[in-house]
Amino acid sequence: MSFRIIVLAKQVPDTRNVGKDAMKEDGTVNRAALPAIFNPEDLNALEMALNIKDNIKDATISIITMGPSRAAEIVREAMYRGADNGVVVSDRKVAGSDTLATSYTISQAIKRMGEFDLVIAGRQAIDGDTAQVGPQTAEKLECPQITYAEEVIQVDENKIRIKRRLERGVEIVETSYPCLITVHGSAKECRSRHAKRLMKYKLAKSNSELQELGQDYSNIWNERPYLKIEEWSAADIIAEDSRLGLTGSPTKVKKIENVVLTQKESKVITPKDEDMNDLMKELISSHILG
Amino acid sequence: MNNVFVYCEVTEERTIADVSLELVSKGKKLANELGVKLEAIVCGDEIKDIEKILYPYGVDVINYAKDSRLFPYQTLPHFSIVTKLFQENKPEIALFGATSVGRDLAPRIASFLRTGLTADCTTLEIGDHTENKTGKEYKNLLYQIRPAFGGNIIATIINPDHRPQMATVREGVMKKEVFNNSHKGIINFLKVEDYVKNDDFCIKIIERHIEQQKINIKGAQIIVCGGYGMGSKENFKLIHQLAEVIQGEVGATRAAVDAGMCEHERQIGQTGVTVRPKLYIACGVSGAVQHRAGMQESSKIISINTDPKAPINAIADYTIIGDVMEVLPKMIKYYKANTK
Repeated sequence: MSFRIIVLAKQVPDTRNVGKDAMKEDGTVNRAALPAIFNPEDLNALEMALNIKDNIKDATISIITMGPSRAAEIVREAMYRGADNGVVVSDRKVAGSDTLATSYTISQAIKRMGEFDLVIAGRQAIDGDTAQVGPQTAEKLECPQITYAEEVIQVDENKIRIKRRLERGVEIVETSYPCLITVHGSAKECRSRHAKRLMKYKLAKSNSELQELGQDYSNIWNERPYLKIEEWSAADIIAEDSRLGLTGSPTKVKKIENVVLTQKESKVITPKDEDMNDLMKELISSHILG
Repeated sequence: MNNVFVYCEVTEERTIADVSLELVSKGKKLANELGVKLEAIVCGDEIKDIEKILYPYGVDVINYAKDSRLFPYQTLPHFSIVTKLFQENKPEIALFGATSVGRDLAPRIASFLRTGLTADCTTLEIGDHTENKTGKEYKNLLYQIRPAFGGNIIATIINPDHRPQMATVREGVMKKEVFNNSHKGIINFLKVEDYVKNDDFCIKIIERHIEQQKINIKGAQIIVCGGYGMGSKENFKLIHQLAEVIQGEVGATRAAVDAGMCEHERQIGQTGVTVRPKLYIACGVSGAVQHRAGMQESSKIISINTDPKAPINAIADYTIIGDVMEVLPKMIKYYKANTK
């Protein structure tokens, strides 16, 4: 029996390096102006999976990512670092998903993969910071969840012991499988690409990528099936349309406003005794002080 | 319309967490606006004076699941209790702290109930909505307002068709306000065995190391923050003096911490703590964007700086152009003079 680990990863716009042209005039996000990166905490999650694989013989790591077809880049990147295979869940129907619709889609993809021992994901993605998809996916899979994992203390085929990072301390917990783990950014950084794996997997492609390149891979995939990055549509994961994308998302965006750092109406005060006395009086009488 | 529910977190000291009291205060206002009751949910072991703590904030019903197995927090037993209670009561609104507990629990509940959840709201309001396509009108929805996309946009989220409307809020965002000291509610003890299954305890807690919170700038209502402009550790003492007099906490910028003027625990900003006090006094702080990210939501900001062009002044309500070494002693003097 092999030990199956599924890692959830997301390709995100790099919100940490937001430039001038990141926002369009209408206040919406200009995603094209932001580089797409591997969500940082998902890399921590991948490292945790690789670490477990180092300790359990016959463990396999599969990546699931949801997004446009270019998200195959994430699967390839994970392969360079040690993942065995991966799937891109891509369908127009999933566009506009909130966390509930996302977790439904992902849990359907996990179910399509079959039985698993561990699902490991980053705590949150930097483009939303909600940290909701992990626990919501665990609920849909009806399995326990361990959030904010920082370190695997002990692991074997039957159970895992994890150190969790809490606001005011740490907690060590133990459970058997299956289980879903979300990984905190304070966990070990992901190992870098492996030169041999880079050579082996750089030709890994998804169907849409091949179509775009106008290449035919049928022979290559026959000889080297590991070079196939699977793409699953909503139909492939047997998803109910009513639970996908905008339709399946209970939360709706009513309004979006751009944050403009406007000069506040600032009261300018001199350090003169009179001014300082007036300021303190005002603060006290308006109950800001005292 | 049904009631507003707040999940109340239990602290290590076996009392109700501040973030929960803040949410209860906000929840009371929302409940009053909707003309409904405010209910609290507490899952834990023995909590002293739970009624005395919660009633003054306007709680009408305390749903108390009391069982020694419910502390410390674990996802599944708390999840089972809250979801069953929600299925029985069908709340209109349900609020959770955006803490390591609330952010673990609320999404799982929302997923089970197939309802919407908005994380880290900074404002909660009641408002109406007309659906553009269908023209359908909704009355008294919860507007869940939060910054998104690295703080570059502010989004108003609604959940028109599913209940409860769920949101999480970080500590310090809402104001803790007593509703009425003589307000009384009722307590409803839940029969825990009807709510949890044995399987819910499948995760074993082996060890816990919870550090005592020595410095609490996150929850402080008043913060006096010193920047690199304070000049030296010696001068920085003035920050402590002012903070002590006006009963505030001391904060520092990264530059001041790196220069050894102040301990790291007090660092405010993107790589430190995010604070939203009602008063923030920035002393010798230039106001780099990373620092502003951790304090720009303070209700009132006073900037003291010799440079009239310092970026911090752009977000300050009061700008004092002058030397901190002259201004701070005067603030202390005139605060004392006006509070006697």
